[in-house]
Amino acid sequence: MPDNVLEIRDLVVEYHTDDAHIYAVNGVSLNVKKGETIGLVGETGAGKTTIAKSILRILQSPPAKICSGSIMFDGADLMKLSEKEMQHIRGNKIAMIFQDPMTALNPIETVGFQIEEAIRLHNKISRVEAVRRACEMLEMVGIPAERYKEYPHQFSGGMKQRVVIAMALACKPMLLLADEPTTALDVTIQAQVLEMMNDLKTKLNTSVILITHDLGVVANMCDSVAVVYAGEIVEYGTAEDIFDRTAHPYTVGLFNSLPRLNTTERRLKPIKGLMLDPTIKPPGCRFSDRCPEATEKCCKQPPPDVEVSPGHIVKCWLRGGSN
Amino acid sequence: MPPLLEVKNLKKYFNTKGGMLHAVDDISFTLDAGKTLGVVGESGCGKTTLGRTILHLLDVTSGQILFEGRDITYPKKKELMKLREDMQIIFQDPYSSLDPRQSVKETIMEPLLIQGKLSKAECEKKAKELMDTVGLAARFENAHPHELDGGRRQRIGIARALALGPKFIVCDEPVSALDVSIQAQIINLLLDLQESLGIAYMFVTHDLSVVKYISNDIMVMYLGQMVEKASSDELFANPIHPYTQALLSAIPIPDIHNKTKRIILKGELTSPINPKPGCRFRPRCIYATEECEQPQVLTEPLPNHFVACCKCSELLNNRRNTQ
Amino acid sequence: MNEAYRKKRSKFGEVVRRLKKNKAAVFSVFVLIIIVLVGIFADYLAPYPYDQQNYSLSFAKPSPEHWLGCDQLGRDILSRLIYATRQSLQLGILATAIAGILGITLGCIAGYYGGWVDMVIMRFLDIYQSIPMFLLCVTLAAVMGPSLRNAVLAIGISTVPLPARLMRASILTVRNQEFIEAARMCNASNRRIILKHIIPNAIAPVIVSITMTVGMNILAGASLSYIGLGAQPPIPEWGTMVADARNIMRDHAILALYPGLCIMITVLACNLLGDGLRDALDPRLKN
Repeated sequence: MPDNVLEIRDLVVEYHTDDAHIYAVNGVSLNVKKGETIGLVGETGAGKTTIAKSILRILQSPPAKICSGSIMFDGADLMKLSEKEMQHIRGNKIAMIFQDPMTALNPIETVGFQIEEAIRLHNKISRVEAVRRACEMLEMVGIPAERYKEYPHQFSGGMKQRVVIAMALACKPMLLLADEPTTALDVTIQAQVLEMMNDLKTKLNTSVILITHDLGVVANMCDSVAVVYAGEIVEYGTAEDIFDRTAHPYTVGLFNSLPRLNTTERRLKPIKGLMLDPTIKPPGCRFSDRCPEATEKCCKQPPPDVEVSPGHIVKCWLRGGSN
Repeated sequence: MPPLLEVKNLKKYFNTKGGMLHAVDDISFTLDAGKTLGVVGESGCGKTTLGRTILHLLDVTSGQILFEGRDITYPKKKELMKLREDMQIIFQDPYSSLDPRQSVKETIMEPLLIQGKLSKAECEKKAKELMDTVGLAARFENAHPHELDGGRRQRIGIARALALGPKFIVCDEPVSALDVSIQAQIINLLLDLQESLGIAYMFVTHDLSVVKYISNDIMVMYLGQMVEKASSDELFANPIHPYTQALLSAIPIPDIHNKTKRIILKGELTSPINPKPGCRFRPRCIYATEECEQPQVLTEPLPNHFVACCKCSELLNNRRNTQ
Repeated sequence: MNEAYRKKRSKFGEVVRRLKKNKAAVFSVFVLIIIVLVGIFADYLAPYPYDQQNYSLSFAKPSPEHWLGCDQLGRDILSRLIYATRQSLQLGILATAIAGILGITLGCIAGYYGGWVDMVIMRFLDIYQSIPMFLLCVTLAAVMGPSLRNAVLAIGISTVPLPARLMRASILTVRNQEFIEAARMCNASNRRIILKHIIPNAIAPVIVSITMTVGMNILAGASLSYIGLGAQPPIPEWGTMVADARNIMRDHAILALYPGLCIMITVLACNLLGDGLRDALDPRLKN
């Protein structure tokens, strides 16, 4: 049984602003195994980025507030570590790459230097050694080492994202958080970058939490999938579970609203309505107002986590289990 | 019955400091009333510029545009105002395409007020009818854009485009900025409107799965040139041009059992400024030879299936042999 | 955080609500309203006319008849301060209005039309700005004769470049937004686009700047009066009152302190209001 690299238990995160009290993450529990790629799938406002940023404790607080929950990593609870201890982890043991490659790099420093900087922050090695390692990283992401001294503006979007990935993996982290890493890229460039990421994570045996709204990317990259809706994980399982034995009504709805290349149907089947207003704490299931199968019980009581098959968990009253 | 829109050898160049930017280079197509032409390509292919040039938001550099048989390439001011009643646009960004200071009703009413044929009260009435047509609840009539979500804002944009009763609408990536379930709602709306009002669409997008749903014919562009054009089903079944093949294979399919080998393109986009003659895809094409440095001719290897590639008969034969 | 989840309110209502939360800004609004009312109703509020001299009361201490005492010519200080409010407000508000209207118009034209029009206007403003404001005021005053009206004109004219540049910059941002293209697609004329779409969306930073300019201009006006180029005696103005106390500052500093305090309070109120408006109009800046 492979070890768990990360264990999140009952994470609750809220945003307190002048305008409103936002319930962003409502009791999320998740395990990430060593070497596994887990996809965190959901639409805008579901809370996926908040979860990722909570792991690294880089949420802006205020207005964000981590109300409760624990995140076990490498034998320690990340919620209880001091800021200095967290700095030792960020970029070193856990790295993160963000969606927009255009703004992720410092425009006034060379790309090589930015990778070198990441290495030297966490390793007491000489400058020469750091430069050598940085060149190695550049080659690993498919950028010739001669481009070490070039500046970000001399690279295209896809290349910039590769540099970002090189920076993130420079210290060989145990866990990589990738927040929509290819959404801003053209589809052929996306294919290049995803292929590269697949190679790298196998080589370095890094665990990856891949945040995306694109089920196609999930199918190609992920071993397990967690579907996030309104701050909760409504379905969790292996990729086969989610794609072949889709259980939660929301996940079913998501698959139905996708335009498929291999059907001849002329109308899509969207999920009616909009995502729940996160300032509201409903008494029952958070999906009940949009669910085509919702019963009265769904609206009144919050659903439990039901294991419909080994390792496949669904948060619903209507799937297996009793009562 | 002449086609609604006929574009012949359209060119749009921009004079930049670095040289002449060939944004749209020799594009020709026809569009019949009530049909949809999908225009696909990645960043820099010129699809957005093409739409805006046809609508005269940008001046034509050379070529011809015929609408309902009339030459409208260089319209006079009055002619242009009349044209705008027939040709409209739906923008990509539902956030910046609406004036934040205007209410929903005012935004939809504006084209009618400017036209001046109806009284203010009649314009208001028509605006409410349009809101109903696009599925916007009447209670939003005095709301402002920032109070609404992306899907509703896009509906406002659609209602505004419909106000003057156009026969042709350029849809410039209308669902790219929306969540998956909202995308499906908007695409269905566009299809319904086409059925009931007989509007022709030019649907510009980079999302191939969406374009298959909504288009009758699809045109693939690369760096300002048209590389392939065919009916929707035909293009997906028999992509001939190497770029089209790579593009289609790069789409991440939400199916874990479909592990077809992806064609990964090497290299990056070349610059559209002062391009060399010949095929612009040559630097990245695995079949490229010296012949590709000559200007490519549009051929029709299969009925109603156009390809701009000197290798297309070879590629077609290869495919026939492997099938 | 998703914008759709903010409570539903009109944009103007939200601005007012955010402004109300800023206690300093709310306080400043009250202070400014009081100052304006004092200026308007000076005739009723001032216990004495501003030029009533009485040598026997020279340097009189504060008393029930003269709450703040009297100046060297026996004039009631409180009444003079009250009447002076009018002059100072005129300097601040009228001069800013002149600069604002001229500046906004120039900025609009330069920003919207671009090209050589923009270049000509910008170079004109560059040359304009290279002339020190004070020198311009002094020259204008010398040519037109010293008076409050000429001081207002001089300050107004010399502060045109700031709102002009701000407006132009703001317009350049708004002009490229898609809703302007959308307006063109609706056959909106240039005039309609500028007046209805661009200006209302571009004016926010200019409003902030103008609010703070009022304070700046009151100060400028006071400085001009101090050197004798503003309001002429016996018409009181806070700056002139400070000037009058120049020679007797050692023994009767209080005579300079009262008008000085009035200037400070008014200018501070304008600046705090301007700050509050900036935060209210664009709350992202604060975070």
